[in-house]
This record gives sequence, C-alpha cells and structure tokens, in this order.
Amino acid sequence: MPDPVRFTLNDRPVTLDTDPSRTLLWVLRTDLELTGTKYGCGVGQCGSCTVVLDGQAVRACQTRLRDVAGKRVTTIEGLARDGTLHPLQEAFAEHGGFQCGYCTPGMIMSAYAMVQATPAPSTARIVEGLEGNLCRCGAHQRIVEAIATVTHGGVGGDHD
Amino acid sequence: MTNPTMMDRRDFVKVLGGGIVVLIRLPLESIADLRGLQQRGYPEDVNAYLHIAEDGRITLFSGKIEMGQGVMTSLTQMAAEDLGAALDAIHIVMGDTDTCPYDAGTWGSLTTRMFGPAVRAAAAQARLILTDLAAQRFGVPRSALAVENGVVFVSADRSRRVSYGELAKGQKITHTVDEKAVLRAVDQFRVMGHSPDRLDRVAKVTGAAKYAGDIRLPGMLYARLVRPPAHGARLTRVDTSAAGRMPGVMVVNQGDLVAVLSSDPERSERALGAVNAEFTPSASRLTTETIFDHLVSAAPVATVRDSAGSVEAGRAACAQSFDLTWYDGYVAHAPMEPHTALANFENGRMTVWSSTQTPFGTRAAVARALGQPPESVRVITPYVGGGFGGKSAGPQAVEAARLAKITGRPVQVAWTRAEEFFYDTFRPAAVVKVVSGIDRAGRIVLWDYHVFGAGARGSDVFYDVPNKRVRVSGEWGGAPEGYHPFAVGPWRAPGANTNRFAAEQQIDVMARAAGMDPLAFRLANTTDRRMVSVLEAVGKAAGWTAAAAPRKTGQGRGLACGIDAGTYVALVADVTVNRATGHVKVDRVICAQEMGVVVNPEGARMQMEGCVAMGLGYALAEELRFENGRMLDLNFDTYRLPRFSWMPRIETVLVANDGLAPQGGGEPAIINMGAVVANAIHDATGARMVRQPMTPERVLTAIRKT
Repeated sequence: MPDPVRFTLNDRPVTLDTDPSRTLLWVLRTDLELTGTKYGCGVGQCGSCTVVLDGQAVRACQTRLRDVAGKRVTTIEGLARDGTLHPLQEAFAEHGGFQCGYCTPGMIMSAYAMVQATPAPSTARIVEGLEGNLCRCGAHQRIVEAIATVTHGGVGGDHD
Repeated sequence: MTNPTMMDRRDFVKVLGGGIVVLIRLPLESIADLRGLQQRGYPEDVNAYLHIAEDGRITLFSGKIEMGQGVMTSLTQMAAEDLGAALDAIHIVMGDTDTCPYDAGTWGSLTTRMFGPAVRAAAAQARLILTDLAAQRFGVPRSALAVENGVVFVSADRSRRVSYGELAKGQKITHTVDEKAVLRAVDQFRVMGHSPDRLDRVAKVTGAAKYAGDIRLPGMLYARLVRPPAHGARLTRVDTSAAGRMPGVMVVNQGDLVAVLSSDPERSERALGAVNAEFTPSASRLTTETIFDHLVSAAPVATVRDSAGSVEAGRAACAQSFDLTWYDGYVAHAPMEPHTALANFENGRMTVWSSTQTPFGTRAAVARALGQPPESVRVITPYVGGGFGGKSAGPQAVEAARLAKITGRPVQVAWTRAEEFFYDTFRPAAVVKVVSGIDRAGRIVLWDYHVFGAGARGSDVFYDVPNKRVRVSGEWGGAPEGYHPFAVGPWRAPGANTNRFAAEQQIDVMARAAGMDPLAFRLANTTDRRMVSVLEAVGKAAGWTAAAAPRKTGQGRGLACGIDAGTYVALVADVTVNRATGHVKVDRVICAQEMGVVVNPEGARMQMEGCVAMGLGYALAEELRFENGRMLDLNFDTYRLPRFSWMPRIETVLVANDGLAPQGGGEPAIINMGAVVANAIHDATGARMVRQPMTPERVLTAIRKT
C-alpha cells in the first residue's frame, strides 16, 4: 500500500489512505463528499470541475490525487468563511451570474484564481481567464460584470 | 383522462397534518390560449397546493422543477403577492411526486403562463379563508379587514391584528377552491413586477445546491452501462467475466441491461473497459450531409397548418418571386449537468432522485419498467443543471431504478458527456422550402412555405399575406419511425429556431429586392400591433438607420422577429465578418420582448440574455455530426459551445403590455438568433447564408458566390 496522501483542503489538513492515482474530482465528490465541484465533460474542456491548487486554477478531472500531495487545494466549499460569502460569491449572487448553477462553482473558482494573480483585471483579461469555462444557460455577461465589480471595486480577491 | 392527482391529494393532506391546506383545480379552459394543450395529452386541470402550517410556515407545492429558469423565485413571488405575505415567508417544494400536485412537465415556457394562474388562485383563496377566520375572531365583516405581510388587521384599528400562523393554529381546513377569489391588480403589485434576490442564489454560489449526482446514500454504487457504438446497433454477445473478477465490482447482465457497479466511479469505468461486447452494425446509412435529401424524399404527407387565398392567385400577383431552400442541422441540448439519477429501493418502495423536467412522467416510466404501481415510486427532483427540453425524457432514472432493484443497493447512473451526446433527444435537422413574392409596391402577395423535419413551431405568418400556405412534413412528435436517425425531441423552442432562420431571411431577401429597408419592409407588411410594438422598440433601442441596400463593409446589422409561447420578440444584431477567414463576431444584440405582465423583470432579462447566448451556438457553430448511426461529436472539443469571447454586448428591452396575462419567457428570444445573425452577415458581405450553423467555412463559400 502506498503512503497516505496529505494535503491542505480548504485550510484544513487532510490525510487520505487511498490509491494516489485516483482523480481528484472523484475523490472530492465521493470520499470527501464535497460535491460542489462538478463533472461536466471529464476531459478538461468545460471547467465545471475547476478548483484552485496552490493559487492556480486546475481541472480536478485532469488532476491525480498524487499531484496535490503537500499542496493547498481550495474548492467552492472553502470560499465562504464563517457563513460570510466571499466577495466574488456575493457578486455572482447580486449580478445574477448564474442560472442553473451547475457551472457556477467552476466559474467562481476560475475567477478566484484569476483575481489572486491579477487583482484588477481588465474586462478582456476576465474574458480570457474564463474562456475555458462553459455556461450553457448564457449567464456570461453577468458573470463578467460580477467579477469586474469585485475587482474594479478594489476589494481584491480575498476576504481581507 | 382520469385525474392523476386524487391519490396524491389524500396522501398530501395526511402527511401535512394541521393548518390550512388549499387545493386548487383550475380548469384548463379558464386559462387563455392554452386549450390546445389538451390535445397534447395535458390533463384537464392545473393543480396547485398551498399549506399554511400551525406554526405559520407557508409552503407552496409545485410539480414544476427549477433548472435555472428562475421559476422557484417567480412562482413564490406569485404566491406571496396574492397571499399577502412576504416572499421570504414562503417555502417552495418542487418536483417531488409524493407531495406535489401532478404536472406534465416543465417545458414550453408554460410554468408562468399555465401554473402561475393556479398558484395565484390558490394564494388568493388562502387569503380569503384566513381573512374570514380573522373576521370571525374580531367580529367584523371581511370588508373591514386588510392584509399585509401575513398579518390580518382591522383597517380602522391596526392594533387589532392577527398573523396567518395564529389563524392557522388548531385548524384542519382542507379547502378546494370553488369561489373565485380576486387577484391583485397589476397596479397594486408589491412582490410581482419586482426583481427580488433569487431564492436559489446562496445555494448556487456556495456549492451547497444539490443536483441529482450530489446525493449520497450509505452503500451506494456508481454504475456504468454497456452502450452500443452506433444507433441501431444491437448487442449480440457480451463477456463480463474479466470485469466480474475485479475486486469490488458487481456485474449485472440482464438482456438489454448490462452494467458494472462499484463504490468508486473510476473503478466502474475501468470495469466497463474490461467488458467485451459485440454488436450488429447499424443499418443507418445517413450522414450529416445526406440527411437533407432524406428528409425531403422520406417525408410523410404534409399537413397544411395555415392557408389563405390561393397559391395560384399569389403567383399571378407577384412582380418578383423568390424560390429558396434553407437547411438546418441537428443540435444538442448539452446542459452542463448530464442526465443523472440515484435510485434507492426500500421496503417495496422505489425512490429516485433524478435530473428531469418530467418528475411525474419519470415516475410512470419507472413504475412501468419495474412492474410496480406508480404509488410505490417516488421521484424527487433536486436542482437541475440545465434542461432546455433535453431532460423531458429520463431513461437514466429507469436504468438506476432497475439496477437498484436488482442489486438491492442505492445506485447512481450518471451519464458521461459521451453518453449525453449519444442519447440526447436532438433538435431535428430540417429543410425549409419557401416560395414567396411581392408586388410592385413591396407588399407580400405570396407565401408558400413547406418545412420538413422541424415541425410547425415558429412558422406562424404574422405578415399580412393574402395568399399563403404553410405545410409541415414530419412534425417531430409525429415523424415516422426512422425519419430521423436517432431521437429528436423538445429543445429551447425547437423548430422555431429553424423556421425563423428560413422565414426571416426570406423576408429580408424580399425587402432587399423591393429596394426597401428591412425594418420599413416588415412594418409595411404587418398590422399585428404587438409585432409592430416590438419592431419599433428594437429599432429605437438599436438606433436603427434605414438602409435599402446592404452595406458590404464587413460590418453589418440584421433584424429578425417572431412569436413564441405567446410572446413577441424582435432582435437587432451587429456583426463583424472577417472576409478572409469567414469568421463572424457578433458584437451587439438588442432584444425587444413583449410578454404581457412581467412577473420578475430581472428574471425575464436573464432568460432573454441566456437565449441570445445559447442561440449564438446554433447560429455559428453547433451541429451534431454523424455517420451510419455513429455520433462523431462526443464532447466539447469538437462540439463547440459559445464561450466568453464569443459574447456580444446584449441589451434587453421589455415592452410593456400590462393588459395581457404573463406569457412565456424561457424561449422566445432564442428563435431569431440564426436569422438575425444571417441577415447581419448579408448586410456586411452581401452573402446569403442558407444553412445553419454559419461556420467560417460556409461563410467563406457564400462570400465567394457573391
């Protein structure tokens, strides 16, 4: 049996005694019951499973468990703190940046990684940063507005 | 049709216990313009349940489902309005067949039009009952009382007040509405006509919202099923022995149902890879390119949907006539959430959590497949991750239920994206042949329209044409077996997208030939006041400047209009065409919509924007490619959905018409997306696009022909 995989998940240490070649998406969704991260295509084409790994947006369906060993993983469940929504979550809610909501966790996590790297992205940069995330309901315009409100408002990408 | 709700009603009242229950049966004929639905198998009445519990909790029960269209919020708004309660005082339960009234399905932009009146009637009736209880309590007539935020008070003395909860205490009233309660008038609206925060917003931005694939039960298994490589291929031999030897893998092999199951979806996938299955080849020889000839040659006898005057008289009156044929391919729904279900069999009862637009249809299908009475099956619909018509059918629920019964364990069946592209019920491919003509004054005098494959929706002739004939061959609900090489079905205003693509370009062709501006030509040829109002509104919002001839500058502006779900819509689009590559960028879309009373303006705008964004896909890129029963597009790498960089600036205009009950909002704005982009491409280049989607390759070919 290989060594357990240890990593930080939503600011908490996690130790998993399982096959490290398993895909992060399914480990999150089954073993850890964190179902906010969604399956949409399984081949990294839709962005529904986006999580943030050491500050970078990655596709959980293309990430092995062993790839996150010793690293920090943030999922949609880790954004709100003590019942307070992250400014990006507030903005998505406020601007109607969702409809069916299925792509929303991936959208917000892509945006979260983007604003950490670029605290005040231009609209063009926001569009570029979300290009890998599909939304079938057509909330695109409001999603861009939501992110722009947060970042141009100078709130930055974190609670503080 | 026998009333399918009787059993539900008895159970329902038993389950809820005390308080006040209002059951509404609204005869379908009382809802304007919806009588035709009965012919489509809808029951004769619409039901709504409302419960005011002894602790004051108010619950609205609806067989409708929330798939992003926002009806969780707008239905609750309607209940709050006529109940006289605050929006947040009402809890809504949707799509649960054990507690909600029967509903045929969430489709056709019908929730607001059809179920809305029942909700409002139930809420208004509850308000009457509660007001009468207060009248008894205070010893005053009903007319001396007023209601505000769930409190009844004496108008002349506001200190004499009692809450709905206090009134419901100790009551066991089950009331089926007979007296017609008065609904709040538009000018008195406090909750309707406003855009409160969506009730699903926090759940959806935090990842807490549960979809069918997110439900977890102890001991549950994740199933993968053996699938044919092509439509029409039949399983001839299967060897599951290698899969069965894998640790933790369970195999089910029962005729048409061959599945591998385990507690880990990835292990199930590996086990599926170890199954050896052989199939007969498909007999289908149709392809993406040969389908159009087939749709015409194999067409069933046409139904005449509309006619006036005579085609011969029309031909004789023409100064110029136009004989054109338009083509459209198969389009997928591609909701971000694939079809998913979890089934659990316990004590003879089957419970299925399913991503479906038809919980009651799913219950019937599961019951049939299991040979159980429908009462022993419960379908619960969590949040649905997009439907667009594609989740009207729900075979995954039956698959999960059968496997759960066989294995005795909870079983999840979640289609992969490839399964989703294979088993989707596509928007049908179609051919539209139109012969039309104008007289010397630019009046349309002939409209001879024949649609093959797409059906009648959106083929309405709202232009004033003295000689017209609309023929429909192969309406998708009634197309003969084998007409389409795989399943087709409801989509977002399915055939209307094809019919408007053909009709509104045909109109543009005539406008140009008449030497008239496209907006002026349309206004000169229709006296339909609602159509005139949206055309004028979109022209004004867009800053339309009349142009009789196409600009041909590489930048263009198009116009298109239509009617869907009782709603009138007109769009203007600005495009930039790269004449070297054929690439089309839609820069700006302005959409004017008149939909009667607007229940939730922001919600209506979100639907309009969604329609524009989704419509870009079929206009520019989406077409399911296939060959001999095989699907050639099985994921988003080759089946391309609109992405952020494709998005135009979208502006929405709601044209007021408060004299008309609320009409449909989920679909109308999408129906013209193909036509409006095509007309803009013509303005930009002089090229006419006869086939959707308008890919760069096809745009280039069309430009070269000019």
